[in-house]
Amino acid sequence: MTTPDPIYKTDALIAENIDAYLETHQHKTMLRFITCGSVDDGKSTLIGRLLYDSKMIFEDQLAALEADSKRSGTQGEEIDFALLVDGLAAEREQGITIDVAYRFFATEKRKFIVADTPGHEQYTRNMVTGASTADLAVILIDARKGILTQTRRHSYIVKLLGIRHVVLAVNKMDLVDYNQAEFDKIVADYREFADSIGIEEFTAIPISGFKGDNITGPSDNTPWYEGTALLPLLETVEVEDALEQAEPFRMPVQWVNRPNLDFRGFSGLIASGTVKPGDEVRVLPSGKTSKIARIVTFDGDQDLAVAGESVTLTLTDEIDCSRGQVIVAAQSPLEVADQFESTLVWMDEHALLPGRAYWMKIGTQTVSATVHEPKYEVNVNTQEHLASKTLDLNAIGVANITTDREIPFASYEDSRDLGGFILIDKITNQTVAAGMVHFALRRAQNIHWQATDISREHHASMKHQKPAVLWLTGLSGSGKSTIANIVEKKLARMNRHTFLLDGDNVRHGLNKDLGFTEADRVENIRRVGEVARLMTDAGLIVITAFISPFRSERNMVRSMMQPGEFLEIFVDTPLEVAESRDVKGLYAKARSGELKNFTGIDSPYEYPEAPDLRIDTTKMTPEEAADAIIDRLIP
Amino acid sequence: MASKTLTHLQHLEAESIHIMREVVAEAENPVMLYSVGKDSAVMLHLAKKAFYPAPPPFPLLHVDTTWKFQDMYKLRDKAAKEAGMELLVYQNPEAVERGINPFDHGSLHTDMWKTEGLKQALDKYGFDAAFGGARRDEEKARAKERVFSFRSANHRWDPKNQRPELWHLYNARKSKGESMRVFPISNWTELDIWQYIHLEGIEIVPLYFSAPRPTVERDGLILMVDDDRFPLNGEEPVMRSVRFRTLGCYPLTGAVESEAKTLPEVIQEMLLTTTSERQGRAIDHDQAASMEKKKQEGYF
Repeated sequence: MTTPDPIYKTDALIAENIDAYLETHQHKTMLRFITCGSVDDGKSTLIGRLLYDSKMIFEDQLAALEADSKRSGTQGEEIDFALLVDGLAAEREQGITIDVAYRFFATEKRKFIVADTPGHEQYTRNMVTGASTADLAVILIDARKGILTQTRRHSYIVKLLGIRHVVLAVNKMDLVDYNQAEFDKIVADYREFADSIGIEEFTAIPISGFKGDNITGPSDNTPWYEGTALLPLLETVEVEDALEQAEPFRMPVQWVNRPNLDFRGFSGLIASGTVKPGDEVRVLPSGKTSKIARIVTFDGDQDLAVAGESVTLTLTDEIDCSRGQVIVAAQSPLEVADQFESTLVWMDEHALLPGRAYWMKIGTQTVSATVHEPKYEVNVNTQEHLASKTLDLNAIGVANITTDREIPFASYEDSRDLGGFILIDKITNQTVAAGMVHFALRRAQNIHWQATDISREHHASMKHQKPAVLWLTGLSGSGKSTIANIVEKKLARMNRHTFLLDGDNVRHGLNKDLGFTEADRVENIRRVGEVARLMTDAGLIVITAFISPFRSERNMVRSMMQPGEFLEIFVDTPLEVAESRDVKGLYAKARSGELKNFTGIDSPYEYPEAPDLRIDTTKMTPEEAADAIIDRLIP
Repeated sequence: MASKTLTHLQHLEAESIHIMREVVAEAENPVMLYSVGKDSAVMLHLAKKAFYPAPPPFPLLHVDTTWKFQDMYKLRDKAAKEAGMELLVYQNPEAVERGINPFDHGSLHTDMWKTEGLKQALDKYGFDAAFGGARRDEEKARAKERVFSFRSANHRWDPKNQRPELWHLYNARKSKGESMRVFPISNWTELDIWQYIHLEGIEIVPLYFSAPRPTVERDGLILMVDDDRFPLNGEEPVMRSVRFRTLGCYPLTGAVESEAKTLPEVIQEMLLTTTSERQGRAIDHDQAASMEKKKQEGYF
């Protein structure tokens, strides 16, 4: 068994002058990088090698490693460095890494955080996660195989996530006899591809992670290579600090610090630029301006704070400012908008449902947002654009997003912190997507909102009524349509202008292109919601009778209406009762399997948690139910 | 234009503070788990910085086993007082009643006092977010755990179903009954911790520094006889110049022979040493991937 000597030994300095050593190490900078490639490319071996060579492996770990190498290693009698970094037990058995793992090592000059992510296509989301915080990417290529589909996929993701520094590590050079021609050909091929996806610069290094060539210093096996070895390159690549500080000042407010009446500070991580007391700032989206009074820290006030620092700022004026708002340089404010074109990376088992409302977290603000049908999906292997109605797990696509309010933002290209966002499912609370803002869609430039002279208030006052939506939800056969009919008749007798939208009727016309899948049900309700909204604008009282099984869609419709205009009426009939009535014979068909996706049978009904009115049809006649609804509408 | 380059410790500090503020902004009832060790000391120091001039807006929780070193209890009470924070001490009543101890009960000791004790304490006070001082460099299973790590209503961790964490965005939303463990110093290494303690002058338990202490040797571990509950089977405690690299229950924590009396000397010794930090703890040696199993069961 060969045990190469660690090269980055600093033992002499540590032993002789620990204070000098500490002084040096307190001034180290930090670089975060990601390694892209698969186990086959020797990725884990390379990381294991970096840890080993920078002396991050202790003797007890090495002893365990030697034993492990004999038992399950793939390198014969040699040390299998890959075993050092393959973490979870399940992964060790399968011989693949299936998550993002973070590794740490340090040299004289830098501390490194390595995001180690799996390379296969089904782990695209993991790679995107690892890439989101990386300053540099090491793209590994097996010298025997050259550029593969996965090289293209990884490079595309690296470009997409805006990683500025790219290193092409042509690995396993020992297996091609350190042949320069092989290396040159791979580099030329890669250059052509890199140009095509917009990666302008990269550094190519011939290495062997296994043998240690060109890792910590120049290798005798590649005299023809005149560039730097990998580790010295990682140590000297310019970190982003200077670039970020040169941008205009932006700080999303994370928390308002208010220990007593005399102090009101705004805490946050500075996303870009620098700030000094006296600087003029603007709070977005309100647009109010003030000046920086103090930069308060535990170690005393600072006269300068820069991007990457977590600080607390006080302002000279008492202006409104809370979590989610962004404090920016007064002279170069951010854009504020509520419609965006974005790239989305889908990360959840449940596919994107266009039209459904998700939580969108961007900076420190969380807003409600709906994603439109994708403009296209990107084939991550070929970068071709494909037509798509949704995005499945690991799919990357471009879509428009509408938020429920205007938010300050930057394009992702300009700022990772103000242009990168996540989408969260409102029911499961899972992070379902990562997104990158391209630009705002100015409604005025796109769909012009026709300003009309006769307002909705005018329409309503002509009818002497307050517009409303009576939204009846419940299982098929619960009695929604029957009750809705009676309600409309009674209101008509009271001289109220109404309109009844019935589920079955709408599906004959407006929604005849829709089926009963989850996605189609969402779209069905979205359209009905929009129609109901236009009708309330016209001053009508709208009565709807739709199963509308999903909570999030009912909430979406509620959010479309003016406050107080939407009444959710839960027609509560137990499944057994509805099924025993089975007026249309649908339950029988669903039970026999003839009818798929039937609510209550093989598709869920999410009960209203807090309906405006609950009708228990086992205790009330349809007449009584209608009266109860009208009492609720016109007290 | 004025600018400055941030050091790695400044970056780590800013990240940890950001994480703590996110929790306070989004959780309903956060708490900081405080074990009195060096990682806890750094975490508490960062909390003071994050919320200054306000005191950290959450209590400290010590899940006690009654078997910690006396010096740890002293520093615990002092540190909480100095930070202006409420200190909650929780001892599993069943373990108290049954007199669970590391000498007679083996792994049941850790299980009942720590794993069960922690679950009980979180349930009792209804905490929905608990800061912990775990670091990713400690152990392979931890290298993959998120900063915001979710626990089901019965405190289980599902390593296959972790939320992706991108940029500086943490999704802290959860359903009723669920809770999260948050690890603000995930990206710190042992060396970072020591350097930061040195740079910031953070007070740590004196046991980290070498001094003559009464010890006995058992199963290859040097154990300190910290009080008279230590059953001496005819053994005579020997005064040795020792210190501790990690601190836990005194009968389970192995000391190392050392002359390092100052922080630079401790760091020097750590850098020149050839064994990893957790070697002094019995818990990891049980079986391969033992930490991952313990974590799934709810061990911090």
